[in-house]
Order: sequence, then C-alpha cells, then structure tokens
Amino acid sequence: MSAFIEKTLRGFSSASEYAASAELLASGGGLLQDVDPRVKVAGLFGLVIVVAAARELRVIGAIFAVALVLAFGSRIPVVKLAGWVWAPVLFFSGLIALPAIFLTPGSSVFAAGGLTITSQGLRSAAFLISRTETASTLSALLVLTTPWPRVLRALRTFRVPVVAVVILGMTYRYIFVILRTALEMFESRKSRTVGVLNPGDRRRLAAASVGVLLSKSLQLSGDVHLAMQSRGFRGEVYLFDDFHTRAADWCWLAGFAALGFTALWWQR
Amino acid sequence: MLARRFRSPWVYSALVAALSAVFQLDAVTYKYESLTAVDAVSLSIESGTRIALLGANGSGKSTLLRLLDALYFAESGSVSFRGQALTEQEFEDDRFAFDFRRRVGLVFQDPDAQLFNPTVFDEVAFAPLQMRWTKQEIFQRVNDAMDLMQIADLKDRPPHRLSGGEKKRVALASVLVLDPEVLLLDEPTAALDPRSQSQIIDLLIGWGGSGKTVITATHDLGVVEDTADYCYVLEKGRVTASGTPNEILRDGHLLARANLLHAHRHSHGVGEEHSHPHTHPHTHPE
Repeated sequence: MSAFIEKTLRGFSSASEYAASAELLASGGGLLQDVDPRVKVAGLFGLVIVVAAARELRVIGAIFAVALVLAFGSRIPVVKLAGWVWAPVLFFSGLIALPAIFLTPGSSVFAAGGLTITSQGLRSAAFLISRTETASTLSALLVLTTPWPRVLRALRTFRVPVVAVVILGMTYRYIFVILRTALEMFESRKSRTVGVLNPGDRRRLAAASVGVLLSKSLQLSGDVHLAMQSRGFRGEVYLFDDFHTRAADWCWLAGFAALGFTALWWQR
Repeated sequence: MLARRFRSPWVYSALVAALSAVFQLDAVTYKYESLTAVDAVSLSIESGTRIALLGANGSGKSTLLRLLDALYFAESGSVSFRGQALTEQEFEDDRFAFDFRRRVGLVFQDPDAQLFNPTVFDEVAFAPLQMRWTKQEIFQRVNDAMDLMQIADLKDRPPHRLSGGEKKRVALASVLVLDPEVLLLDEPTAALDPRSQSQIIDLLIGWGGSGKTVITATHDLGVVEDTADYCYVLEKGRVTASGTPNEILRDGHLLARANLLHAHRHSHGVGEEHSHPHTHPHTHPE
C-alpha cells in the first residue's frame, strides 16, 4: 500500500482528532472555561504584548509559570500542550534561533571546528524561544478553553469587522466538511490501490485530488450562497451577541491587568 | 358579503384565484448552459395544500424548488407568488425581498450547504438576524424553533459534530424559525436512517397541519401518502402526470417510466425468490 496515501490519511485523522480534543477541553469545566471569552481575549492578548515587550528572561519565565498554573487549573493535560504547542514552536523558533547562537558577535562560550557560540548569541536564542513558547502557550490557553465560535464572537467586542468574523466562522465550519470529503476520497483510493505508487503517480494523484476537492468546494460554496440568500442574506451580515459579564469576570480582568503591570514594573 | 362589493363576479373570482394560488407557473423553462433542467412547466399551487414533486435524480425537482424560492429566475415563462411576478428586478427592492424570504422557506437537500454557521444556535438565529428583528424576539423565536425540532440540547454544538438526522432537524428549525407560510423541502428524508426519517415526517405532519403550504421534492414514494395531498411527476424537466397520491402510486407504468420503481430479487418471508418492479414496502395479492 502506498505510504503516501497512508501518510495523507494519518494527517487528516490527526487534524480531526486535534479538533475533537480541543472542542472537548473547551466545553469541559475548568478555571478559564468559566471566564467570559471577551475577558480572556483581552487578558491573554495583553499578556502576549507584555511578553513581547519583556527585556528580562525572569519576567518571561514568571508569565510562563502563570500560564502553566492556568493550564493546570483548566485541566489541559501537559502532554497535549507539549505535543500541540511546545514541540512545534520549539522546532520552528529553534530553526530561526540556531544561527543566532553562532552569528551574534560577543564573548565566546564554546568554540569548536571554526564555530563559536557566544553568550550574546545564547541570550538572543533564549529570548526568542522563551518569548514564542510563552506567547504560544497563552494563545493556546485561549483556544483550548473557549469554543472557537465564542472566540470569534468575542473579537466583535474589539471592533474586528463582522465580515472578517463571519468568514473565519465559515472557514472553521467548512474545513471539517472538506476534510471529511478529502478523507473519503483517499480512503476510496486506498481501497483500490495495490503496491507502492511511484513518484509520478503520487504527483498525479495529489494533483487530481486537489482538483476534485477544489471543484467540490466551488459547488458547495455556490450552494451555501444560495442557502444564505434563501434565508434573507442581502450582502450584510448580523451576529447575535449574548455575553453576560459577571463580577468574577471583572475580577479576572483586574487579575490579568495586575499581572501585566507587575511584570512591566519588575523589569524597570 | 365580499362578492357583493364587486360589480363583476369575474373580478371577484380573479381576485380569489390570485389570493388562493400561492404559486402560479406558466411555461417556465430553465437551462444550465445547454442542459434544459425545467422545460415549459405550468402549474398552480393553492394555499394550504401539501404538494409532492416526484421524479428520479436529474428530473428537475431541485431546480424547480429553486425557481419557486426565487434563487433562480425563469429564462422563459413566468413564476408568480400570490399574484406577484418573481423577477430579478422585483428582488432589487429590499422590502419585497425580505417579505418574500420571510414567507417562503427552502430546506436544501444537503444539510452541509444549509448549515454554514459555527453553532446550532447561530444557525437558527441567522434568518431572524437578517430580518433585523429585536434581540428579545430573536431569542424567543429561536428557542421556540429549537424546542419544536427537539434540538435545544444541541444549541452550542458545531454542525459538523451532528448526526444526519440532527443536521436535518437543525436545517428545518433554521427555516421554520421565520414561521413561513410556504415550506419547500428538497429530499427531506434522503440519506436518513428509518428512525430519523419517521421523526422528520412526524414533525412535518405536525407543522403542516396548521394550514401551511408544503411542497416536497422527493423520489421516496414511501413518504408521499403521509406528506402530500397532490402530486406532480417530473420527467426530464417536464410535468408528465399529476394526481392524488393514491392515483399516482397505483399507476405502475407511470412510476416505472419515471424511474421511481426498481426491481431486484427478493422474497416475502419463506416465499420463493422473485423479481418485479416495486417500491418499499409492498405486498402481493393472495
């Protein structure tokens, strides 16, 4: 059986599994799950800005520690955070940070084979990696503790145009429909394929699949537009906002603000 | 009383006809490029009736429903709703368009095309939001529609996590929330398990019982007697027969010609295996 088809099927399955797990976490009980999504968007985004502005590693480390406590309180398994966030972020930011270790001028820490690692280079790499890891963890806290539709709706509070919110919502909705179609296409192909496909056949299969998916997506988008028109869509969209901010949400907002200001004050 | 107000009985009968005919189609033709999907169809649909459009795949049923919902416009001939012609020009007027959309609802065959919102609540609230009703009214009507379709417990769920039957009920709720006077249904029982099919039919019977006009496009002959008072049979875009469900279902030649019957080997209990054109369920005379 072709490894190409197997790999593609595994990719589709893991994407679906990730979405299902994330939805389960977001709809479950926990510390952040009970907080108004608008407060979470404002608070966690504020902390991301503080991390980006931080000039000391201990400040970033402290915010990362707070993020870990919040994740623990929100019942997000550390293994999932490591698999979904920390490992991929470390890989990509590490790729960017690695040259800085050798290329940044400064005092040598280690030298071998013509390559010199400088303390300034190590510091730059540590800043880059810790910033990206902490910012990603904070962002993950938002999307893993809030159903995606409510995240989108919360964006409306921050003046994100309604059209952008609706497009993001529909994209989220139809990714799964198209993912399922793609999965069925590849399963059907798998059931009729014997042996290993050569590179040329793999390219043809991939191109044909993309073409068919595009064609199906276009037809679906036409039908969706008709369905919208049928229910009164006239070019402008309206959303229903039903947020209720409780006293506890104001306390959370104050807590996020206090943490951000304390972090900035600490590095004066 | 009303008749005495009009000097001519002809004016009165024309007025009554215009008011009672929900849809009037005169020689309507619609083509997809060179393929004629609806070919010179003329029919009149009275208020409060339950109509079935019967035909095999590709017979033009879905296109006809889209013409009735003014999503497509006739290339020749005319479609009118309550005596008002449905044309692109008419739909440039927001007031007319909103009024029509509130009074006529279409449930698509593919729920994935109809359910484009991130949650069930958003889906059902979509049409009332477009009508710019008040927040309180929207909230009330959406909850009523979800209760009617028994989907209140699904309100925060994304549509891609629903079963086929649940999706269909959400699609129905998203249209019934406007309390339309005409409901157009495209294959409402397609690809549903028997229990979901019976749930949908029960819901439709309950809703249609309140004097609404229901037009169902289907090739499922098993649901026709329960959901229709009158049938039109379509073949290659043309209406080739019409009559009560009893008349249509008894005409084996017509059903076979319209590809609405099938034949495969089967037996009845311990009886001998045999093959003949039939629908499900069916019996043989003793």
